[in-house]
Amino acid sequence: MLNETDTPRALRGLTAALLVLGVLFVSAPRIALAEEVADVIGDVEKGEKVFHQCSSCHQIGYGAQHRVGPHLNGIFGRDAAAFPEDYRYSKGLLREAKAGLVWDLRTLDAYIENPKALVTGTRMNFRGIKDAQKRADLLAYLRENSDSPQNIPEAEPTAIAREVALAPEVLEIVGDPDYGEYLASECTSCHQTDGDAEGIPSITNWPEEDFVVAMHAYKRKIRPHPVMQMMAGRLSDEEIAALAAYFETVE
Amino acid sequence: MTLNRRAFIGTGVAAAAALSAPHVRAQDGGKPHVIVVGGGAGGATAARYIARDSDGAIDVTLIEPTRAYYTCFFSNLYIGGFRELSSIGHSYGTLAEGGVNVVHDWAVGVDRGAKTVTLAGGAVLPYDKLILSPGIDFVEGAVPGWDVTAQNRMPHAYKAGSQSELLKAQVEAMPEGGTFAMVAPPNPYRCPPGPYERISMIAHVLKEKNPTAKILVADPKPKFSKMSLFQEGWNKHYPGMVDWVGEDFGGGNVEVDPDAMTVSIDGVVTKVDACNVIPAMKAGRIVEIAGVNEGNWAPVVPHTMQSRKDENVYVLGDASSQGDMPKSGFSANSQAKVCAMAVRGALTGTKVFPAKFSNTCWSLIDTDDGVKVGATYEATDEKIAKVDGFISQTGEDSALRKATYEESLGWYAGITSDMFGT
Repeated sequence: MLNETDTPRALRGLTAALLVLGVLFVSAPRIALAEEVADVIGDVEKGEKVFHQCSSCHQIGYGAQHRVGPHLNGIFGRDAAAFPEDYRYSKGLLREAKAGLVWDLRTLDAYIENPKALVTGTRMNFRGIKDAQKRADLLAYLRENSDSPQNIPEAEPTAIAREVALAPEVLEIVGDPDYGEYLASECTSCHQTDGDAEGIPSITNWPEEDFVVAMHAYKRKIRPHPVMQMMAGRLSDEEIAALAAYFETVE
Repeated sequence: MTLNRRAFIGTGVAAAAALSAPHVRAQDGGKPHVIVVGGGAGGATAARYIARDSDGAIDVTLIEPTRAYYTCFFSNLYIGGFRELSSIGHSYGTLAEGGVNVVHDWAVGVDRGAKTVTLAGGAVLPYDKLILSPGIDFVEGAVPGWDVTAQNRMPHAYKAGSQSELLKAQVEAMPEGGTFAMVAPPNPYRCPPGPYERISMIAHVLKEKNPTAKILVADPKPKFSKMSLFQEGWNKHYPGMVDWVGEDFGGGNVEVDPDAMTVSIDGVVTKVDACNVIPAMKAGRIVEIAGVNEGNWAPVVPHTMQSRKDENVYVLGDASSQGDMPKSGFSANSQAKVCAMAVRGALTGTKVFPAKFSNTCWSLIDTDDGVKVGATYEATDEKIAKVDGFISQTGEDSALRKATYEESLGWYAGITSDMFGT
């Protein structure tokens, strides 16, 4: 794929159109989807403005280097924590990286929406962007500096946004800590209650909302880890809330 | 079991609790009694959870003959030199401190009519609910030429402790270029990946100390747990060392001679230098004594782990026949929690939630090369049924395999803390 960093903006639309044509020859039924992706993944110019929230810590583009945060060139398709030699990542991100986290549209969208949903203990001190359109614009901008824009899946961005954002009513469920205590006995087969985090992370004293968003990220397989995807996969919204209510109280 | 390797700090407390147990019960009047037979992943967990969650409303007695319990899980890592034996030994002191009456004796009789358990020491203990978690025994005559009197020459090492020490010593004493043989068990048996993790660990030892040695495996099964992962690992780490003879090539047609140290596979006799015989298995003897078995195992009600033959008896872990869960320490621990809740609910009327079960088995193939398989389960009327599962993939990168191994260390610390309350 061309590196489009220096391409005049007018040409980008043409590139997108050529992409669409390419898809057309391969698989006719996909045209409509591909067009939507090319059109509405986000507005690069608006995304560049959104990036101002990031640029105090992250550099992107020609000559970008690690600052407070790692540089973001080529972020699409990059393994999480890709520069362990010259950037000090949080333990949480290193853990997710070992479990197989790769930055693609879905995982980046989830991370930007709420960093803690994806990476417990992330050092990225950022509240997240709740507005799905702003995220899409930002992602479109980040994509401009990536080598593998084809990683963007053929799905409507609105659908992706809905999937990532947790419905407010899910976050509002009041968990039953007694039920949570029973359910927690399943967690303590692996996670130690004394807070020891060697090999397997500690889950005690975890803020309730962070716990909820993290479990939902496993449940929807945004966070990588086969055991946790499986365990969270069969927990109902109420059960996740119950566990969160219980674990917050465990010292 | 050896006791000299570790100072069992809690044993004194456990013994004191054991001695005072009848006294405690005499005082408590109308308290319901739960007896748990077997202090492994199922029994220790059940005893601990019932005592803890009933806040003293239930009198819990755990009957376990050994004061030092060695976990079968991770005993292969001891054989491979990755763990000290003492690191997989546990005492019952913390359970005793947590309100469980720990009695170090054998349960030798169960009268389900009178609801009593008789101990080898002569005591007769009454119960309201009896939980049997005795693990496995071996089917007599399963491997022609082998019986338990031969277990020093050809160890099974499928109950951890002195048997593990013996096998490790015999492997390390093999002459240069010698042959190690394993007779693998038929299904169902404790720890499905266990024999193959053990082969990996022995290969690891031989690669370091005796690289021209060979490993011969006679297996009555056509395939086994995590087979492609193990075979990939053997080819990668121990090329040419492991000769696995499956059912298709007569791996089930085996005879051993512990005096001559020979193994015959489909009529071909091989002289071996060390031999690990893992015979066919059945539930621990107390299950048969109690008469709650059907054939080799004890069928249970999936929602509660109650025996299908007696609602006041529960059977956990390896000894039970429940459906889709493998016989593993993780499974027993998971079943114990469902059982503990059901027993507590039945005796004290506290709230009972729907049963949930899960299992994950980690195996080590070589240094920092860990793999895992796992699943979740739910109770149906017919059986414990698998809901969802996963398995490590072949060709995974070394960082992921290392992380998987490290995760298994975390799990060991987690589950033993969950079992023993430490």
